[in-house]
Amino acid sequence: MAREVIGNGNELAAEAAIDAGAMFFSGYPITPSSEVMHVASDLLPEVGGKFIQMEDEIGGIAAALGASMTGVKSFTATSGPGISLKAEQIGLGFIAEIPLVIINVMRGGPSTGLPTRVSQADIGQAQYPTHGDYASITLCAGSLTECYTQTVRGFNLAEKYMTPVFVLLDETIGHMHGKAVLPDLEEVKASIVNRATFDGAPADYKPYDVPMNKPAVLNPMFKGYKYHITGLHHGHEGFPTEDAVQCEFNIERLVGKINVVAAENDGLDDLPDYEEYMLDDAEVCVIAYGSIGLGAYEAVNKLREQGIKAGMFRPIMLWPSPAKRIAELGEKFKDKIFITELNMGQYSKEIERIIKRNDFTTLLKANGRPIAPADMVAKVKEMM
Amino acid sequence: MAFNYDKYLRVNKMPTLWCWGCGDGVILKATIRAIEKMGWDMNTEVCVVSGIGCSGRFSSYIDCNTVHTTHGRTMAYATGIKLANPKINVIVVAGDGDSLAIGGNHTIHACRRNINLNFILINNFIYGLTNSQISPTTPQGMWCVSAQNGNIDPTFNAGNLAMGAGATFVSREAVIDPKKLEKMLVKGFSHKGFSFMEVLSNCHINLGRKNKMANAMENLNWIDSITVPKKKWDELPPEEQMNKLATGVLKEVEQPEYTDMYEEVIKAAQGKRGKITQADFVKKI
Repeated sequence: MAREVIGNGNELAAEAAIDAGAMFFSGYPITPSSEVMHVASDLLPEVGGKFIQMEDEIGGIAAALGASMTGVKSFTATSGPGISLKAEQIGLGFIAEIPLVIINVMRGGPSTGLPTRVSQADIGQAQYPTHGDYASITLCAGSLTECYTQTVRGFNLAEKYMTPVFVLLDETIGHMHGKAVLPDLEEVKASIVNRATFDGAPADYKPYDVPMNKPAVLNPMFKGYKYHITGLHHGHEGFPTEDAVQCEFNIERLVGKINVVAAENDGLDDLPDYEEYMLDDAEVCVIAYGSIGLGAYEAVNKLREQGIKAGMFRPIMLWPSPAKRIAELGEKFKDKIFITELNMGQYSKEIERIIKRNDFTTLLKANGRPIAPADMVAKVKEMM
Repeated sequence: MAFNYDKYLRVNKMPTLWCWGCGDGVILKATIRAIEKMGWDMNTEVCVVSGIGCSGRFSSYIDCNTVHTTHGRTMAYATGIKLANPKINVIVVAGDGDSLAIGGNHTIHACRRNINLNFILINNFIYGLTNSQISPTTPQGMWCVSAQNGNIDPTFNAGNLAMGAGATFVSREAVIDPKKLEKMLVKGFSHKGFSFMEVLSNCHINLGRKNKMANAMENLNWIDSITVPKKKWDELPPEEQMNKLATGVLKEVEQPEYTDMYEEVIKAAQGKRGKITQADFVKKI
């Protein structure tokens, strides 16, 4: 049975993590994400899980990665400055293929920026958080319910693809307090993905001996399967190598196991990568995500009241982007596409890359304030 | 009968990438002998975590579940591994650059928490792998590639740092005496709580080459000249103590261990005991 709960986005994300099977959290306090930590410190020991507040942001992710390496589902939460500090460790997560959910409650940047105010300017950072080549999975919650459901999904994708996964909230949605309808707990439990294991003889086990575009198979530690994890390029057994053929294969596989798989299967799982609202008969397509999507619903309704047939496309999986659908929308709506986001156009650039045009209209803001539906309405009316 | 190291080594990874005469091999062998003395099962009970630098390769040579982490974050990864798996014996290996410079923050906080990690600090007084830059333990006045006119940076006394930060077991030995080293490791491994075990090691290649100790023996003789057993060190006048490093067990006290304390948190959260309050602790501030 669906559950009706009261909470804010940060709290719901933390509760989702525990429902998804997380047994370890480590992090460092930072506005506006700290409630994730508060709830984790309360709920994890109840289920026998572990919580630790580390000495800094880097330790906050390193301990979580360490726990996950042993086979324990782990997560951390932070905001933009924290991601900047965690960047190198995220890279170890990518190359060594360690599942981890990283909740980023976005605030204004760069640097200390606007700690208590909303932003969506970490979209690009989520795509390329660290040096080197890899592909990132990034989910973006657009409602209180999605703070929960997308966090659960983040854990499942992390385990399925053996990689760190970003769940992006923003200050508005993280601190928005209200009623949320959550899926039935038994349904959530039934949806849980656990990482694949090798069940053969320990002597035959090679954790990274997997075909192109497949994730590594990392068995839980201390069960007789002894292997080595390193941030260096490594061969099939996990030991360092500089072999050119192997290194090329490694990078192609790291990128391909997410980007190629997503393109071939039109997504990484069976869940929706975007939501469409009133788009079927629309003459203008509003594109918005995260908390700005909430205002965009209202803008679409107001535009329709005023005789303009507007509809909305709201991406949920930002990276890899739902490129196939975006390309179709580009064909269908031509220059009647309106993109609004709380940054200087980070996702607009992705739309431009996909539709290979920049004749869309944008409403961008990067001053820590949300975008009012009335401003969206005015801008759309200008372009019509 | 000769000790069978092969049982504990990934022999197909030999030879090591360490230079001829490097002390790291002595430490690796002493560690293996200490593990054997402890009777730990390499399949199910041991994790070796290392950082970046020459000592970073330590983990790849020991045959158990091993993790080669990023530069300086060794202790933080190990903290996660240990807290998630309190029954596992976690050995942390890092150099003076890794654990005292870039990772200094994690080191002092692991000491403070008194989490039951077995930390082997390989102090060779230099950044060896990257070709001789000054570390927090490089003596003043020595030449390094990053101090071409002589090093002016004052040094850490790593043991004092660990004691100040709250480590409950602090010890120091040199690679000169592998038997003493092994005994120290067994003591540290047996200690319940954070064990800070400093091993003074030679890097005649990168510390020694321009500091008049270009072969292993000269470097080891220098280490011998700056070390003195704790008992003798205690009797030295302050001006001499300043230029000697005491060896042996420097501190050994019993304090509540972090993963044990966390079990109490779990009990409190599950209603099996009352909330944790100040009354639970002897030391209140």
